[in-house]
This record gives sequence, C-alpha cells and structure tokens, in this order.
Amino acid sequence: MKKIVLIGNGMAGVRTLEELFKITEEKFDITVFGSEPYGNYNRIMLSPVLADEKTIDEIMINDLDWYKDNGITLHTDSTITSINRSSKTVMDDKGNSYDYDKLLIATGSNPFILPIEGHDLDGVIGFRDISDVDQMIDAAKSHKNAIVIGGGLLGLEAANGLMKQGMNVTVVHLLADLMEMQLDSTASQMLLTSLIERGMSFKMESQTQKLIANDSGRVKQIEFADGSAMDTDLVVMAVGIRPNFVLAQESGIYCERGIVVDDTMMTYDPSIYAVGECIQHRHLCYGLVAPLFEQAKVCANHLAGYGIGIYEGSITSTKLKVTGIDLFSAGNFKGTENSEDLVFQDAARGVYKKIVIENDTIIGSVMYGDTIDGSWYFQLMKDENNIADMRDRLLFGQAHVGDSGHGPLDMVASMDDSAEICGCNGISKGDITNAINEQNLFTLEDVRAHTKASSSCGSCTGLVEQLIASTLGGEYSESPKKKPICGCTDHTKQEVHDFIFDNNFETVFEVFARMGWENVDGCHVCRPEVNYYLLAANPDYVDDAQSRFINERSHGNIQKDGTYSVVPRMWGGVTTPLELRTIADVVDKFNIPTMKVTGGQRIDLFGVTKEDLPKVWKDLNAGGLVSGHAYGKSLRTVKTCAGDTWCRFGTKDSMAMGIKLEKIAWGSWMPHKFKLAVSGCPRNCAEATIKDFGLVAVQSGWELHVGGNGGIKVRVTDLLTRVESEEEAIEYVGAYIQLYREDALYLERTAPWIDRVGLSFITEQLVDDEDNRKALNARFLVSQEKSQDDPWKERAEGAQSHQFEVITL
Amino acid sequence: MSNWKEVVALDGIPVLGSRVFRTDETEIAIFRTRDDSIFAVHNACPHKGGVLSEGIVHGHKVTCPLHNWVINLEDGEAQGADKGSTACFETKVESGMVYINL
Repeated sequence: MKKIVLIGNGMAGVRTLEELFKITEEKFDITVFGSEPYGNYNRIMLSPVLADEKTIDEIMINDLDWYKDNGITLHTDSTITSINRSSKTVMDDKGNSYDYDKLLIATGSNPFILPIEGHDLDGVIGFRDISDVDQMIDAAKSHKNAIVIGGGLLGLEAANGLMKQGMNVTVVHLLADLMEMQLDSTASQMLLTSLIERGMSFKMESQTQKLIANDSGRVKQIEFADGSAMDTDLVVMAVGIRPNFVLAQESGIYCERGIVVDDTMMTYDPSIYAVGECIQHRHLCYGLVAPLFEQAKVCANHLAGYGIGIYEGSITSTKLKVTGIDLFSAGNFKGTENSEDLVFQDAARGVYKKIVIENDTIIGSVMYGDTIDGSWYFQLMKDENNIADMRDRLLFGQAHVGDSGHGPLDMVASMDDSAEICGCNGISKGDITNAINEQNLFTLEDVRAHTKASSSCGSCTGLVEQLIASTLGGEYSESPKKKPICGCTDHTKQEVHDFIFDNNFETVFEVFARMGWENVDGCHVCRPEVNYYLLAANPDYVDDAQSRFINERSHGNIQKDGTYSVVPRMWGGVTTPLELRTIADVVDKFNIPTMKVTGGQRIDLFGVTKEDLPKVWKDLNAGGLVSGHAYGKSLRTVKTCAGDTWCRFGTKDSMAMGIKLEKIAWGSWMPHKFKLAVSGCPRNCAEATIKDFGLVAVQSGWELHVGGNGGIKVRVTDLLTRVESEEEAIEYVGAYIQLYREDALYLERTAPWIDRVGLSFITEQLVDDEDNRKALNARFLVSQEKSQDDPWKERAEGAQSHQFEVITL
Repeated sequence: MSNWKEVVALDGIPVLGSRVFRTDETEIAIFRTRDDSIFAVHNACPHKGGVLSEGIVHGHKVTCPLHNWVINLEDGEAQGADKGSTACFETKVESGMVYINL
C-alpha cells in the first residue's frame, strides 16, 4: 500500500484526502499530523464562535470518528520537526520517525506578530486557532478593555466577536481606510460609520510603538508612535498572515514567500506535494478558502496517479462575516489607467456599488449594503463577458437586465428563516442555513445535493449562492473559477462545445475518451449535452437514443405517475374538424383522462400509458396529426393571431406566415425549447415579444424580435431588425435558429444566451453580414433535410418497439 | 430459494438501455450496461416512485427520470446525499438468454 503522510490537519490537507477518496478505489496507508488537539475544523468559522453564534462542535468538519472510519492514523498534538528527503521519512517532536512514499505539506499560515517591544507579553495573541478564541473568551470574563491591531477582515471580525463577548474594543489601524485590501475609500468610510454606530471604537492612522506590562507580566497599556497611549487588558494582533513554510525550507525544498509549487501542486521534490495557505503558486499566496478547495481537487488527482487536471490559480472575492453588515468585493476594484467606474450611491439607504470596467468587461467590484448581485458580477468578471449591451442597467442588478418580471429581490441576510428560497422544492432559508451548518456544506453543488434547493429550475441559484456566502461568511468565496459540466470532467460547457465543433467525432464515448472523462459512460448530465453538440455540429451524426432524456426517447412528456402526455402539432394554432374529431376519437378509444388546451394553441392529452403510445400515435397519424415535439429541446409552438384574414386591424396574414414557419422549422434539435409567434399588427395579440423569435407585422413589412421568454424569468424581446419581404423574414428565422443551435450552450434558452453573448453579437452575425446570414440559413436547411421525419410515425410502424413492449411471462 | 425465470434475449435489451418485466406482483426494470452486465431492480425509485427503466444508464448506475436521483444497480442504493434503496434481483445470462431469480 502506498504510504501518504500529511503534515497539517487543517482544511486544505484534509480536503485533499477527501477528494482522493472520492476519485479512487485504491487504498492508501495514510498518517496525519496536527499540532492542535482536535480533528479538522472549519477555521473560517472561528469568528462566529467568538461572537457566540456557534459552538466549537458545530464547526468540526471531520471528527475523530471520520479518521477511524477511513483508516487514517491521526496524531493530534503532534508537530513534525524535520523531513529527511533522502530516506523519505519525517520526524515528530517526540523523536519518532515515519516513512512516506508521498508527502503532503499543508502547514497553513501563522498570524504575523509585530516585532515590537512587549509582543510576547501575556494577553497578546493572534487570531488563528481555537486556542486563540479560548483565550479571548477567557479574557472577556475577567477583563474589560481590548485592542485589536489591524483593521482588515480578520481584525474586524475579532473586534466584533470581542464586543459581543462584552468587551470595550478599540481597533487600531495604520491607514485611514479599513479593509483597504478589499474596499475603496467610500465603502470603507461607510463601514467605519456603521461599526461606530454598533459601539466599536477606532484609532485610525496610528502606528503601535510598544506594549507595556503590569506587575504580573500581563499587557496593561499600548503606546503609539505619536506618543499617546491607551490602557488595555488584551491585545489581538491581526495584521496579516504569513505562509508557514519553515519546515519545508529547512528540509531544502525550494521556497520563496511560500513553498513553491507547480500547476499540479508538486513542490520541487517530486515526492512532495503542498496545498493551502503555505504555498506559493504562480507568484501568488492565498489566504482564502475557495482556492484551497480547487487546489485540493487537483492535488488529489495527482496523488491518485491519474495525472489529469491543473490548477491555474484562483480569482477570489471577499465578504465580511459581521452579522448585519453586507459587503462584497472582488477583483481589481481600484481600477487601472484605462478603466472606468460605474457608481451607485444612496447614503440614506446605506447602499454603495462600484463596478470597474475595462474594455467592456468587469475587472472588479465593491458593494456595500446591497450585495445581492455580488455573485453575478463576480461570474461576469470570471467569464470575461462583454457587458456593453447591459451597461445602462448593470448597476441595478441582474433582476433588471432581463427587463421586467422579477421584483427587486430582498436582501437575503434580512430575510426571515421561514422565507421560501427555492419555490420548486419548497426549501426555506432556514432549511438551507441549517444544512450548511450541520452538514458542513461549502459549495452550491453540496447545497443542491443535500437540500435540493436550486436543483430544479435554477432561478434561485443567485439567492442560494448569497446564502452560502452569508452563512459561511468571511473569507469564503463561492464558485470555482470554472464550472465543469458535471462531476465526470473538469471541462466547462463552453470548452466541450468548442472541442466538439472543432473536431469530428462519431460517438459521445469518443468525446469522453479524448477529453479525459473520469466515467467512461459519462452521466445523465453530460451525455445528453455531448450528444446534442455532436448533432448540432454534424448533420450526418447518428443520434444516440440512450443519451437522451426519456422524453426525447419516448417522444412524450413523462408525468409523475409514469404515464405520458401527448401533444399533436397544430400548425400555427389553426385546426380543422377532422383534426379535432381524430383527437376526440383517440381520447375515447384509449380512455385518456385529461384533455387540456395549452398556452401554445394546441391540445394536450394527459395520462397515456407507455404501451398505448404507439397505438395513439398511429390513430393520430391517420387523422393527419404529427408529433408536436412538446417533449423536446426543439421547436415547440408557433403562436399566431387571426391576422388580416379576419381581423379589422390586421396588416398581414399572420396565420399563413405562422404555418409556413412551422413547416420549415419543425423537427430541428436545439439547445433548449424554442417558441415562435407571429402577430398581424403591433397590437401583438400573439404575444410575439416574449417568444424566442417573434414576428410582428407592420404596414411596411415585418419587425423581427429575438430572445423573449415568458417562463422562469420574463424577458421581453430585443428588436433585431425590420425587413420588407416575407422571404427575408423567413431567412432570418432560419439563420437565427442555426446561430442559436451552433453557438448557444446546451440547456441555454435564447433569453440567457442573448444576455450572455450580447445583442450586438447577434446583429453582427445576422444583420450586418448578409453572406453569413445566408450561409447560416443554408446550413439550417441542410440539417432539416435529416430531421423532418415524424418520430411518431416511425414508432407507430414498429421502430424502437423494445421501449414500448412490456415483458410478461 | 431459487426461482430462476427466463425473461428475454440479451439482444432484446439495448446497450445502456432497459426492458420492463411485469409479474402479477411487481414490475422489474432490467438494465444492460456497456460492459454487458445485466441488472434487475424493482422499477420504482425510492424517492417518489419514478420509473427507473426510463432513466439514463451510466456505469452500473441509473438516473431516475423524475428528480435525478442516482441509483446504484449493484445494490439498489441511492447515491450521493440521497438516502433510500430499491429491491434488487439476481440475474444471469446463459446461451444469450437473460434469467432473473424472482
């Protein structure tokens, strides 16, 4: 068995072991050394412990039983004093020696203690571990005055905690602005005002000169460079942390400001890896949690010998964990020579937002008071999205970008515990925060797995991310740099999309093999996605039925009791007595329990058993009805108004146009469902301005609208252009669908797609470039030649019969 | 006590697909994985009774079509943070025919 020794029983090291267990069945002989007497606890939650909002037990991530259950030998209260790299052994402070095959160093960091006179007195501590917290709580019981040196994130959290413990707290800060590493001057002053209102005192722009002891050797006074002095019973130094790499350095491993590692988390010694706050990667040291998790994942992969995955560094964001204060910052919020600031300030409400923009992308942001959109700005920044098209609404937040629909979201921190966050699954704020605390969840994926919140329609994802941030608070930042498609791979949707379009693959399994998937079969998330990209990239691709969700395999919508719904196509929403009679006869013959008129001008038949599906389809086919693809990521309805055939206001024949478009576009597979509408005049009775593509007839021609949605989040269309002739309008529809098919990511409706790529991209591709538009439309028509076979007819005639026949004895 | 029943030809089950086998008492989903292993489980997800035979098969697992619970076909246990299990039946393949031990 391979021997792994881990030095440092903290979050980074133990997370690496957890990741290792997750990805390999191989058994290792693992020994862990920790200087503290505990299992692995959540260090970022020390502030809430100090503030009496949590207990030590509540912040344990891995208790001692976890080590036992996983066969890990844990030495607590045990410090490694030397590493012998030639004999591959480590020595502990009791003189025992241990062998390793692979050594993992995760020694974290130490609080920086100012080298001033009196720094080693009793009552002078850092803020780093449980013993520091214990000392602070003890001091609060018998003493009154505390001074915290350092007005950064950690210092303010310590000061807040001590205040909650009943002490008079003064924060001493060298500069004029608090948290100058995370906030600009405006936000910093707002924070200062609000902390003073809460009873905290400050001594700004002050340098500490020395600490003076009383008779028993405990600190009693602090003296400043300007000659002034203050009495105190406790001094907490929170002026920063320093990577703890002495052990590594003494054993000859190359270190600079931390232990230098490459993109695989390997040190200069190939048997030794390092993760966490002790390392230096691409010239950077990190003091936050999110990067540790990304590093742990990569490191585990290499410890397991897979050799896949590289760590490319992290972009981090910050929140302060002081209850009731919402602030957020990320990226370069101070700006560069070429950057510009978008600023929103409402002093009375205590709200301040600044977004720093360079070349039409966000490079940083600071928010105070209202941070609901912090994670959205952060995502836009990481994805380097072009924000030119939403610049005028950006500061008002995500709810205002897609136009109407979502009212202003409440600040999540002020919501009641019973407030429902996830409307699909009925999950309240309290359910989520309890799960985060009790099960030690860190990521959106964790919360989805344990609570189901945000796992259905996804519209509450931003709120859930906010909740995770505000519950874990402090140094935690959500969302890794890249969001992989699923657990089978580290590749993002965009990477997989581009790789498939740039290459020529014949099966989903080829893609998995070439891109280094961990599961050779993929899973229910990635397989339909990869299958779709293959289909969209190559009209000759042979569709893989087993890679489709059941609805697209059975050509009906599965209902909660396992029966299906059946929706025949009603071209342009126009029907005939024969069609209606056929439907009525089918309903009678097969005892179909419910008929419903849909929002898309068709009729839905609910409660058809799977065995009956081919027979139902056969009868519908006989009456001229074909599949309406109501189950597919494909063209759904084409809604029309009466148009100039009957309506006294109509300017054009919207019914005929709708039917024509539906005949052209039906059957095509797309990233998500797609709805069309045609209105005969600007009164827009067909509601074309909330459809994926809407046509509105005017006297002079057609208005073409794109990117509307009436579902989860209402988005009104953008006007793409106006054309004179019907032929042009039809060409636009084909070209637009093809652009969507080729460019959008799987499961991305046109509304979020346009929000992501920008209307100007669509305009460039379709309006400004006529050749490109014609080429897109031509590609669409080629792919349609292979997709316009009625799937119902094929199956009614016996195709895929194994699906519909039940075996009995 | 063994009660082996011949159910279907191996070729009658698509790779990474399933067939439904119904007796008077129960409904069983029979899965064929990509390594040609055959598994049989009670055709109801432990969560809300979703029809497992309609799920996407990957590795030795199936994802329920209703709410994406992932069920391990080897022991019927729900995977990840979900808790629950569905009954499993022994299977064997002889001369191209699939048998289930009811």
